[in-house]
Amino acid sequence: MPDATFLDSTELVLNMGPQHPSTHGVLRVILKLDGEKVLGTECVIGYLHRGVEKIAENRTYAQFNPYVDRMDYVAAISNGLGYCLAVEKMLNVEAPPRAQAVRVILTELNRIASHLLWLGTHALDIGAITPVFYCFREREEALKIFEKYCGARLTTHAFRIGGLQYETYEGFEKECLEFCDMFLPKVDEYEELLTNNRIWVGRLKGVGVLSGDECKEYGVTGPVLRAAGVKWDLRKAQPYSGYEKYDFEIPIGQNADTYDRYLVRMEEMRQSVRIIRQAVEGIPEGPIMGKVGKVIKPPVGEAYVSIEAPKGELGYYVVSDGSTQPYRVRVRPPSFVNLQALDRMVAGGLVADVVAIIGTLDIVLGEVDR
Amino acid sequence: MADEQKSDGPQQPPAAGGGAKPAPPKPPGPGGTPGAAGGHAAPPKPPATMAATPWDSELSREIKERFGDQISETSTYLGQNFIVCKPEAAVAVIEYLKLEADFDYLVDVTAVDWPKRAERFDVVYILYSFARNERVRVKTFIADGYQPESVVRVHLTANWLEREVFDMFGIEFAGHPDMRRILMPEEWDGYPLRKDYGIIQQDQRWVQENLGIESAQ
Repeated sequence: MPDATFLDSTELVLNMGPQHPSTHGVLRVILKLDGEKVLGTECVIGYLHRGVEKIAENRTYAQFNPYVDRMDYVAAISNGLGYCLAVEKMLNVEAPPRAQAVRVILTELNRIASHLLWLGTHALDIGAITPVFYCFREREEALKIFEKYCGARLTTHAFRIGGLQYETYEGFEKECLEFCDMFLPKVDEYEELLTNNRIWVGRLKGVGVLSGDECKEYGVTGPVLRAAGVKWDLRKAQPYSGYEKYDFEIPIGQNADTYDRYLVRMEEMRQSVRIIRQAVEGIPEGPIMGKVGKVIKPPVGEAYVSIEAPKGELGYYVVSDGSTQPYRVRVRPPSFVNLQALDRMVAGGLVADVVAIIGTLDIVLGEVDR
Repeated sequence: MADEQKSDGPQQPPAAGGGAKPAPPKPPGPGGTPGAAGGHAAPPKPPATMAATPWDSELSREIKERFGDQISETSTYLGQNFIVCKPEAAVAVIEYLKLEADFDYLVDVTAVDWPKRAERFDVVYILYSFARNERVRVKTFIADGYQPESVVRVHLTANWLEREVFDMFGIEFAGHPDMRRILMPEEWDGYPLRKDYGIIQQDQRWVQENLGIESAQ
């Protein structure tokens, strides 16, 4: 990088974070600026590193289950689902149909809750103060269902290896459907506030473009990849937990910019509602726990299982040595991998866009740092 | 120092369990899992090696033909295919898979520590192909201190992933553009995900110098 630019001004190094409200946690970004133009960035991460993968090696398979909720804590249920599926794969068991349906309902509710948190804070970062109150109002309703189901709102530990621990409560199905009926018009309400808002459009259109090929190069998945026009969603590509039974669309964008990523996530919330409705209506009776022994002891071997978390591909690579504790658990975190593309997305843009781009990547630092 | 000794306690079971069954050469031995498996009766002992079956497909044949004895194994376990190759060939195999077989998305790079094995680490690359909707893992076994070639020139996403492997296991990737720690502090001593690193072990000196406290435990 040259010392002086064509304006003959020197490069300015600006530190952003780790205590900065728009970095959504403890991300530190070192920006190299030429006036308002960003020349390059460097991310400093690890402030929330708790050694989750090390802890896994010192716990039994079941004991490690609640820890995964602490990675992407705004989508704890997705984390738990991925881990349970990975261990179930190694044990060669499958959760019974009823458990799978409940899992899908809760996971999709959690996707909505996660997207709502993203929308509220993203809009707040950009200067729209109203949406965050609306988003948290509706998110609250989803969290109430989690609380009624398992007692916790955020780090839920909702699933167990092999199925579910708790049967659904009285009126669970009704409340889920009521949530759907209540929520769908709200998405239109958010869109009314934002989609054609001149400031919103001006701040997002053409900002932070990351093309489909670049996404693949950087391993970027989730809504960011779909906004670049790649129709790829693990729920369709490699269905798990019975997603193949549900009828839903994968929304995609064309321009691969921050605005399209906004539209993709809005549509994903609508599609989640569709999935929840179908799952509730078709929820079968039956057991909720598969044939898993008291002591979970997968045979020697390894497996990689991944799911479509709200942020992208969340994978677990589990190695068993035949004992009751995992020999190794590797978490493939979508936020960590997606964040790597930040440099490419902001370079050449304006410093104010950095805030918009961090928001649109929808990272959770608990998952980046693990 | 005192702390290090304390940390030996909780760290013991996985180390003992792990060392007993490094994957390839061991025949199924009934005495395979001491330590960790102690507490309860488990009559049918699982075999001490992974019950993988040979993977035979057009792709596996192509790769074997192209790379010959660089490929030591093409297997499948639980329906997941993997290739075991010599560490020198890993990047070439991944590049071949990307260019010739559409495996254009590097999902993850990670490592597994087997301290009792001569080739101490597994380095694992997980690949996915959008066109085929298929995954494959490329695994290599390397000794402590061996520097595998970085795969960043083939897949940019490997940059941070390899940095994390370096951070956690101390495996340095040769030719990596920016081989620094990523999650742990840069001056930290030790590699936390190695099996001989205790779960409550810490870099006492770093903690005292930077946090101004005696111990972070």
